[in-house]
Amino acid sequence: MTKEISLEHVWVEFGEFTAVHKANLNIAGGEFFSFLGPSGCGKTTLLRCISGFQEPTRGKVKIGGQDMRGVGPNKRPTALIFQNLALFPLRSIADNIAFPLEVRGVDKKTRRKRADELLELIALPGQGDKKVSELSGGQKQRVAIARALAVEPDILLLDEPLSALDLKLRQHMRTELRAIQKQVGLTFIYITHDQGEALTMSDRIAVMNKGKIEQIGDGKAIYDHPTTSFVASFVGENNVLEGTVLSNDGKVMQIDAGLGTPFTVENHPAGGPALAPGDACHLFVRPEALRLSKDDSAINQFETNFVTEEFEGNMRHIVMNASGKDLKLSLINDGTNAIDASAPVKLDFAPEMGIALKPGELASA
Amino acid sequence: MRDLFYDLVRRNGMAVSIYLMLAVSLWVFILIILPQLTMLDYSFRFNLPPAKIGGPEDVYTLEQYRYFFQGSGASDGFNTLDIGILFKTLLAAVFVTVFDLIICYPVAFVLAKSSSGAKARLLVLALIVPYWINEILRAFAFRILFGATGVINETGMGLGLWDTPIDFIRQDVALYAGLAYAYILLMIFPLYNAIESLDRNQIEAARDMGANWWQVHAKVVIPYAKPGIASGMTMVFMLTSGALAAPQILGGPSNLWFTQLVYQWFNSGGNWPRGSAYAMVLLIVCIALVLLVMRLFKVSIGEIKQ
Repeated sequence: MTKEISLEHVWVEFGEFTAVHKANLNIAGGEFFSFLGPSGCGKTTLLRCISGFQEPTRGKVKIGGQDMRGVGPNKRPTALIFQNLALFPLRSIADNIAFPLEVRGVDKKTRRKRADELLELIALPGQGDKKVSELSGGQKQRVAIARALAVEPDILLLDEPLSALDLKLRQHMRTELRAIQKQVGLTFIYITHDQGEALTMSDRIAVMNKGKIEQIGDGKAIYDHPTTSFVASFVGENNVLEGTVLSNDGKVMQIDAGLGTPFTVENHPAGGPALAPGDACHLFVRPEALRLSKDDSAINQFETNFVTEEFEGNMRHIVMNASGKDLKLSLINDGTNAIDASAPVKLDFAPEMGIALKPGELASA
Repeated sequence: MRDLFYDLVRRNGMAVSIYLMLAVSLWVFILIILPQLTMLDYSFRFNLPPAKIGGPEDVYTLEQYRYFFQGSGASDGFNTLDIGILFKTLLAAVFVTVFDLIICYPVAFVLAKSSSGAKARLLVLALIVPYWINEILRAFAFRILFGATGVINETGMGLGLWDTPIDFIRQDVALYAGLAYAYILLMIFPLYNAIESLDRNQIEAARDMGANWWQVHAKVVIPYAKPGIASGMTMVFMLTSGALAAPQILGGPSNLWFTQLVYQWFNSGGNWPRGSAYAMVLLIVCIALVLLVMRLFKVSIGEIKQ
């Protein structure tokens, strides 16, 4: 069974400090929903509001349509997986997994049976009598998930559970988490500062900054059509140019970014608020949207000089300088796009790949 | 031993190492082991006048221990009086220890987990400051507090709770209260240390998984803090059963603490061998009891020293 979660005008204030600023959102039952943001953006506070460790100063948290105010964390249909997993080191694996049953007074035999079932689910059959310290990081991860699933909660809350793992394992666990979610069909609410995790696993993502939800959407919308400068600069790499809107006919804008001829940029219905002529703007062009011009007639073309290159195997990350401004350029390493470091190089980008937004706070690199 | 010394030299240099070795040996051998060995030796001797010491009558004997078990009576019958006092002392010390644990655990928990750094430091200071006052003064303060015309009796009678002054001293209430108070810090700090190192997430995880507050403590905090609990209980028990000042000042007239017996043999009795034997009996019984309880609760000495 899954339940819908809704946050209605949720504020959390600690004295003068506003940790969560009027959060409003609905999470459907069975959804994999991520909160993405830098540390201190309020995502963990929001998670604690849902799990019941924090009461909102104002507003309501509803689970399955029921207001959760005054309902303690032990009475909510949520299970939280902590960043450090918080497995009990003095208990065996099976006793860890069966802990939620133990505190509900389930007898020992049933507990053990359920623990064995869950060990089966997380592909650690027969390991119930081991100690926590005998498991690897990924195995501990799975035990924490099994423990959370032991009493069949409606909602699983995950607080950056992969951040302690090494890169390879992290990527593996992403796939595994998603698979477990599909298998058990629960609502997963996932907190992360790692956009790769958020983009690969989530049905929808809420990007947060300084207590505010900046944008909610699926991964593609967040990445391709960010609606604020913060989202554009926080999610993925982006080049940002400061410019002025010269004209906007509803379909395309002309933007002067100080790099020679004005750029033509398409408006997108899913994009940010419309800009009017004369408005200052941030023009974002992703490193992979920039390309080496094939000829001199390309639209949105400008001249650059080579600065430096980072080689990453499949990709080459190149820094080019255009009129004193460093721009990042990512090229697939297919052997066809060598750059002549001694001569000026012309770059361009497609009008639909430029994103013009109202100037706002940028994510610090 | 040699390796240990070389290791010390490598880490700290020659001067510091020699100082450390000397200081530790001085402390352990001269201040702890040597006096205890002397006591042990004394306890196996007759109480002889100075002139006969070293003479032909100065031989080893079990007489002092026999006296503890059988008293001055010829052969049969137990020294029920002294053995009774020993058991009463141990029982009272256990009671005081458990009482201290019960009142200190919540304090230590709040101190370790619920208060912020600055607030916790203030609380710790408030706990320590009373201990700047001499133990005997504190005992006398309790005597005044619990006396027939003391604050407690005055208040109780003023409020009409009881009519005639309650003799807290004769009832040993003052003694238990004084002893419980005397070593409270030795219970709080090991508990605090143990609980403080517990990851707060463990508590929240247990809460989140449906445990109520009682279960959080019974299943997560207390098992984790077990070495701290054992360490605090050991210290309080050992010191309470060996306390002298509080029983002297706060004890009822008809009620002796075992240490008072030891004191009497040494002092007014002028029988040092017998005093030594009594002290040894107390020491051995206490250690045995502590080891037994530790085995019962599956705590090892190695865990305690953490």
